[in-house]
Amino acid sequence: MSVATEDPMARWKPAPLLPRDEEREFSLHFVVAVLCFLACLAAVAAIGADRAASGWARDIRGEATVQVRPKLGETGSTAAARAAETLAGVKGVTEAAALEKEKAEELLKPWLGDAVLDDLPIPHLVTVRLDPKAPATAADLHRALSAAGIDGDVDDHARWLRDVERAAGLVRWIAFGVFVVVAAAAGAVVAFATRAGMAAQKDVVEVLHLSGARDEFIARVFQTRFGRLAFEAGAVGALAAIVVALALKLLGGQNGFTPALPLSWWDVTAVSPCPLIAATVAALAARLTTLRLLRGWE
Amino acid sequence: MRYGRSPEVLKDVAFTLAPGSFHFLTGASGAGKSSLLKLIYLAHRPSRGRIELFGHDVESASRNDLPFLRRRVGVVFQEFRLLDHLSAFDNVALPLRIAGAKPDEYRDDVAELLTWVGLGQRLWAMPPTLSGGEKQRLAIARAVVNRPDLLLADEPTGNVDHEMALRILRLFVELNRLGTTVLIASHDQDLVRRSGMPVLHLYDGKLTRHSGEARAEPRSTRPAPRDETPQADEQSEFDLGDENDFGEDEA
Ligand SMILES: Nc1ncnc2c1ncn2[C@@H]1O[C@H](COP(=O)(O)OP(=O)(O)OP(=O)(O)O)[C@@H](O)[C@H]1O
Ligand SMILES: [Mg+2]
Repeated sequence: MSVATEDPMARWKPAPLLPRDEEREFSLHFVVAVLCFLACLAAVAAIGADRAASGWARDIRGEATVQVRPKLGETGSTAAARAAETLAGVKGVTEAAALEKEKAEELLKPWLGDAVLDDLPIPHLVTVRLDPKAPATAADLHRALSAAGIDGDVDDHARWLRDVERAAGLVRWIAFGVFVVVAAAAGAVVAFATRAGMAAQKDVVEVLHLSGARDEFIARVFQTRFGRLAFEAGAVGALAAIVVALALKLLGGQNGFTPALPLSWWDVTAVSPCPLIAATVAALAARLTTLRLLRGWE
Repeated sequence: MRYGRSPEVLKDVAFTLAPGSFHFLTGASGAGKSSLLKLIYLAHRPSRGRIELFGHDVESASRNDLPFLRRRVGVVFQEFRLLDHLSAFDNVALPLRIAGAKPDEYRDDVAELLTWVGLGQRLWAMPPTLSGGEKQRLAIARAVVNRPDLLLADEPTGNVDHEMALRILRLFVELNRLGTTVLIASHDQDLVRRSGMPVLHLYDGKLTRHSGEARAEPRSTRPAPRDETPQADEQSEFDLGDENDFGEDEA
């Protein structure tokens, strides 16, 4: 008998002050996990979209097109060839090639048919590949053309670039908005659960209060309970999001989802702060709720 | 005081408990004994009147100070209010945890106290598995574990036989000898008479005072001078519904 009583004494640690409420906690677990799952998916999607946007932007930035206007007595092809030669020598250009007439016609044929092509003034184009590290500017190209006495318009695709960048910015804001909304929803759910918990455990809270517990002490009891719960739920939600993201990457293949939403293996680590953020939001919500309710007490 | 919009339960009750004193509080069921104790352990505010606890005016005390006053008052609730999901040991340790003590500092004291109230074999029992008398003693152990300056007990012998009632009474007398001011609300006229302690009697919301007449158990000793009591000069003073204070004002 004495062995039985002495042993637990040595190992005794203060027990949790709130009883477990399996049913309520299960639903709260579930809701917080789902919210975290959605937030993590939004984060991963935002990262993928950002990478896609910057990929497109890189492609656009690495290219320019020059439309050459031949002088009197010069064929379009010679003018284009001369322009290509000139542009290839400009600093920041890796390659410049005239788009041959046949090739241009081939490109247009499906749209216009054979008949009209002969009469049509086909633009004489030079496509320029730019050094992605130090691309030549449109002004550089223009200057080089003028110096060589070639008349032409330079298009550095700046308009496309602006569009892509605007879209990428929008995606970033949407992801941030989703995060804020989800965090607020999680906070509201936890605040609600705290209020329900306080009501269900009114006896416990009253005994603590009457035994001289400060509001801070009682708030910490609820804060710990719900913070820990949200941490676990956040981990579950994040793991589920990781599984989904990996499945997308593995199953997306080359022509499916992956090119549109390119994910790297490392992107999934972006969800790792999720449990901590969830715990912080939940602890804060529980704390503020408890303190506010207690302030109404004697 | 009053509950909500009900008529006043207590009116013009004025008394002072001297430090180290021992009183019974009697009165018919519904006379307001529990209500009076609630005022003292700061669960209720008086609708009018003034309460002074350990020399602090409760009305003007800041909300942050109240917990520290409450920690100096041990309460045995009429309905025990044990935490059913905590073991007997954890229930008794609760006030110490709240006061911020470290488990290693009080582990042994808690076990010793539980043994003292006869629950040495039931340290890890959950309250729902305890008998009425065991619950009562557990509630008493929790009330005194923090060495309170004032002990309030509401019907602490309500659930036990006469024998146990006497044992519990002796326990309170012993605590009182160690310096705790004691106020016990009780129906048990026989117990009250046998103790020979002074009585505060509630009737019709008013309080009357009777000095104790020692009968069966003459009390031979005055409380020993309180050792290790830093606040020996302070007064436990309850002064309710002093007519001169607020007139008909109500909270
Ligand atoms: N929480 C409450 N709300 C409203 N009225 C209450 C409340 N508690 C007590 N009362 C009323 O106040 C009066 C005094 O009750 P109290 O519990 O103080 O009596 P008591 O002397 O302790 O009685 P008992 O000996 O039966 O425990 C009763 O009329 C009771 O109905
Ligand atoms: Mg009562």
